[in-house]
Amino acid sequence: MIPVAFDYMKATTVEDALAALAAGGEDAKILGGGQSLLPVLRLRLNAPSIVVDCSTIDELKGVCEDGNMVIIGAGTTHYEVLKNAYVNQSLSLLAQATASVADPQIRHRGTLGGALAHADPRADQPPVALALDAEFRIAGPNGRRTVSASDFFIGPFETAVGPDEILVSVAFPKFDGWGSHYEKFNRTAQAWSIVGVAAAVRMDGGKIAEARIGLTNVGGTAHRATTVEQALIGASSIADIEAAAALASDGLDPFADDDADVDYRLHLVRVLTARAVAKAAGLS
Amino acid sequence: MTEVVDVSTALGRPIKRKEDARLLHGQTNWTDNIQLPGTVHMAILRSPFAHATITNLDVSGALAMPNVVAAYGAAELGELNGSVPCVWPVTDDMVAPDFPALAKDKVRHVGDCVAVVLATDNQSAADALEAIVVDYEPLDAVVNMEKAIGSDTAFVHDDKGTNTCYVYNLGGGYDEKVKEADVIVKRRFINQRLIPTAMEPRSVVAAPMGMSDEITLWSSTQVPHILRLLLALVTGVPENNLRVIAPDVGGGFGGKLQCYREEILVTQLARSLGRPVKWTETRSEDMVATHHGRDQIQDIEIAAKSDGTLVGLKVDLLANMGAYLQIITPGVPLLGMFMYPGIYKMGAYDFKCTGVFTNTTPTDAYRGAGRPESTYAIERIMDELAAELGMEPMELRKKNWIKHEEFPYTTIAGLTYDTGNYELATARALELFDYDGLRAEQKQRRESGDPVQLGIGISTFTEMCGLAPSRTLGALKYVAGGWEHCTVRVLPTGKVEVITGTSPHGQGHETAWSQIASSILGVPVEDIEVVHSDTGRAPYGMDTYGSRSLAVGGQAIKAASERLVEKASVIAAHQLECSTADLEFVNGVFQVKGDPEKSQALGAVAFEAFTAHNLPDGVEPTLSAEATIDPQDFSYPHGTHLAAMEVDTQTGKVTLRKYVCVDDVGVQVNPMIVEGQVHGGLAQGIGQALYEGAFYDEDGQPLNANLSTYLVPSAPDLPSFITDTTVTPSTTNPLGTKGVGEAGAIASTPAIINGVVDALRHLGVTDVAMPATPMTVWKTIQAAQGGK
Repeated sequence: MIPVAFDYMKATTVEDALAALAAGGEDAKILGGGQSLLPVLRLRLNAPSIVVDCSTIDELKGVCEDGNMVIIGAGTTHYEVLKNAYVNQSLSLLAQATASVADPQIRHRGTLGGALAHADPRADQPPVALALDAEFRIAGPNGRRTVSASDFFIGPFETAVGPDEILVSVAFPKFDGWGSHYEKFNRTAQAWSIVGVAAAVRMDGGKIAEARIGLTNVGGTAHRATTVEQALIGASSIADIEAAAALASDGLDPFADDDADVDYRLHLVRVLTARAVAKAAGLS
Repeated sequence: MTEVVDVSTALGRPIKRKEDARLLHGQTNWTDNIQLPGTVHMAILRSPFAHATITNLDVSGALAMPNVVAAYGAAELGELNGSVPCVWPVTDDMVAPDFPALAKDKVRHVGDCVAVVLATDNQSAADALEAIVVDYEPLDAVVNMEKAIGSDTAFVHDDKGTNTCYVYNLGGGYDEKVKEADVIVKRRFINQRLIPTAMEPRSVVAAPMGMSDEITLWSSTQVPHILRLLLALVTGVPENNLRVIAPDVGGGFGGKLQCYREEILVTQLARSLGRPVKWTETRSEDMVATHHGRDQIQDIEIAAKSDGTLVGLKVDLLANMGAYLQIITPGVPLLGMFMYPGIYKMGAYDFKCTGVFTNTTPTDAYRGAGRPESTYAIERIMDELAAELGMEPMELRKKNWIKHEEFPYTTIAGLTYDTGNYELATARALELFDYDGLRAEQKQRRESGDPVQLGIGISTFTEMCGLAPSRTLGALKYVAGGWEHCTVRVLPTGKVEVITGTSPHGQGHETAWSQIASSILGVPVEDIEVVHSDTGRAPYGMDTYGSRSLAVGGQAIKAASERLVEKASVIAAHQLECSTADLEFVNGVFQVKGDPEKSQALGAVAFEAFTAHNLPDGVEPTLSAEATIDPQDFSYPHGTHLAAMEVDTQTGKVTLRKYVCVDDVGVQVNPMIVEGQVHGGLAQGIGQALYEGAFYDEDGQPLNANLSTYLVPSAPDLPSFITDTTVTPSTTNPLGTKGVGEAGAIASTPAIINGVVDALRHLGVTDVAMPATPMTVWKTIQAAQGGK
């Protein structure tokens, strides 16, 4: 399909991009990997005043470590995230969720920052960022600021990034030695998650000492299941885990769609949470 | 000395496809790649409503947009607005509403064409659509087939006063015969609506070309010959002035067996404007405006004796036509009519089909066309009957199928199956599958209460291929024949042209047809060019659909090649100063028997025929021969398909663990192509069972008309298939071939669902709706368990 005509600007620095966004007003759009923006443009669901291409800004690229943090540039592709040594060493949950995204072509184009800033409730990385307490570093006309994951996701396709701002990088605390698993439930390999569960656990003496649980596609934003995290502490068996996971649907108000009505989605949340935690804990 | 190549084994060799190197390297010629000077691009404004009156349509805004050349609603188009043809009036009183290319007063499905814009570039055409003003007055949409034929309903076509298109009956006697039965099983199966989703969307270019008043039309179609004839009839362009070319075509699956409204519009507007017009559909258009397939409600009743002997079968269908009739919309269910009894012997068969109009995209042929529906019904109900009788489902099949020594066998539906060996294919499939081992595992999982249950799905199918004997088509009121044509020419340089009337769109005809000709002419495969899909270069043909190209077209290639050798032998005998009886033809060389030094190669004969310096009296120059063959009967491929299905009872998720099929498609020209066709067919049949389904809400709005929600399987969703074949040659054609284009798509759907039901039967499940999505399966289990 053919998008509505738009202006195009290729930015080489974050500052360039910010200036272009400011000039373009509310209808300016950032182009990263294009995996969310292009379909919307081609379906004529959006008619941007200007597309600011940030795909070659060096500052947005790459992964580095800084003390106890791993910092990932917003424009780093899924593929680059997946093959990165820091990510594999310290953020296995992020690697697992990223590996489940779509197909190799899309993983070579799409970016972590794009997936997070687009904030599709069905996306696989937001619950990981939420569960792992990632920090979002955002640049805007008034300088730079950092937003915690718990404040970042506001609603479907809505985040703390303003229309005149750019997500620069995402900093994750290291989770070395934690067990993790991303349990994705979908109909075909390339389909969106019906429900996803991101689980990370720290084991101590055969028992779960700490747990992090993020849920995909159970509401307008990714959801952190803190009740389950608490209930899992001390769990040492599948039965313990299932008892804790039974709480995973508490407080959720999911929507119904063709893949899952409310009852089925809540049921899936409980079953899949137990499975994800059991796998993360090495118990299945 | 020319190296002697033994081409006698060209037939049956799994050689790599000649066309693939070009296709894989992007040296392709898709219709959308065609760029003619002065082209105007057409964009179409489509109805957002399923059923509405157009109260106002004003295209003047579009005319004011940049680069726009013309814009038309039905009023502006006037006489140029042709009607989409239907060539299969299945009954004398069939209701056949007008189907104008541009909707006149009403729109009748989402995607109906309302107006078109032509601009010098496709961007401007798309932009200008937004400047067209249309006012609609929405009407009640007819969506549900049962309501559509009830008393309290709106009508898709008001002037017809009914939503019933036709009622077709066959057979009789079931009600009497059923008195002999001990057991009767009834089921309602929903064969859901599917979208063909060829990889290449449709594209059409029409241009007034060169001499006289010729219009050349390039279209991504399966049927250039049929399209040429129908476009001539619809538009009034003299048939002799119309040339239709199907360049590289990226899949069709029946979806490009059509004379589409867009093809009519492009032709008419190119002719009217006197310049090339091009239209390429978007995927969004493809999902609502390319015809759909399947969509039947099947009420099936089977009767048997307590020992499993079948007594009879009763079939009552509601078949969704959609909003209008297209080329063979009403006939598709009747292509399945003869196949409901499948491979089984029985004493009575009643068939009834009611065609129903709804405010949905028109339906028509989709891979298998009628036969997947019938195969699904019979193979599903056989499993249900087996469960009712407490019999092993394969044993029930064995008890009732036609035994190999009973062929030829005339079925209760009136077809005579020429050959088959169901025992052999089944035995091979059971062996490859480890049937007994999987049954043991199934038992163990049931006993241990494993959350993941295992089921085994069986489908012992047959289909009718090789459409079709012209007299049979006539008896069914189809307005054309089913013959096929081939001309073989040996050029002066010894190269060969095989000119076929079939029209490949991914099947590998260039390779397979070369192999057939090579095996007769003794010319290497690489020296043979298959000319096809262009009514200018290959004027006679009935195109490609219904697994007919080899079973029918192959006969023409064989006959034409043999006739050519016959003619060449007369010339060679003259040159070698002997009688034709003294000649033998070995690997492309005529040799005098007993004196191999005296010989002339076919290429040399062709050169003599070209120069015509020394031809025998009465022999015309040039070396060519042709054949137009009307098949004497259908062919009947069959096979045994087995699926091992794992069902996660906690989530409802179904996984295909193992798939074995042993198909008997008769003599194989190229086993590698056969295997490829089986693989693709399986993917589509499995797609219907587990993933695909086009659905509408009660207002007739498509719920999933895009590829992110209409899910087609891709490689990671499918296991590595285990395929094998048996070869029982068909006796209805001299090559002994049967056809393989549809087998996988026909056989696999019931195998998958039988496997899912088998995994869950001990939980009280007796059917699972398609597609068997996780939620559907989970809810089916919940309901069977008492509706937790």
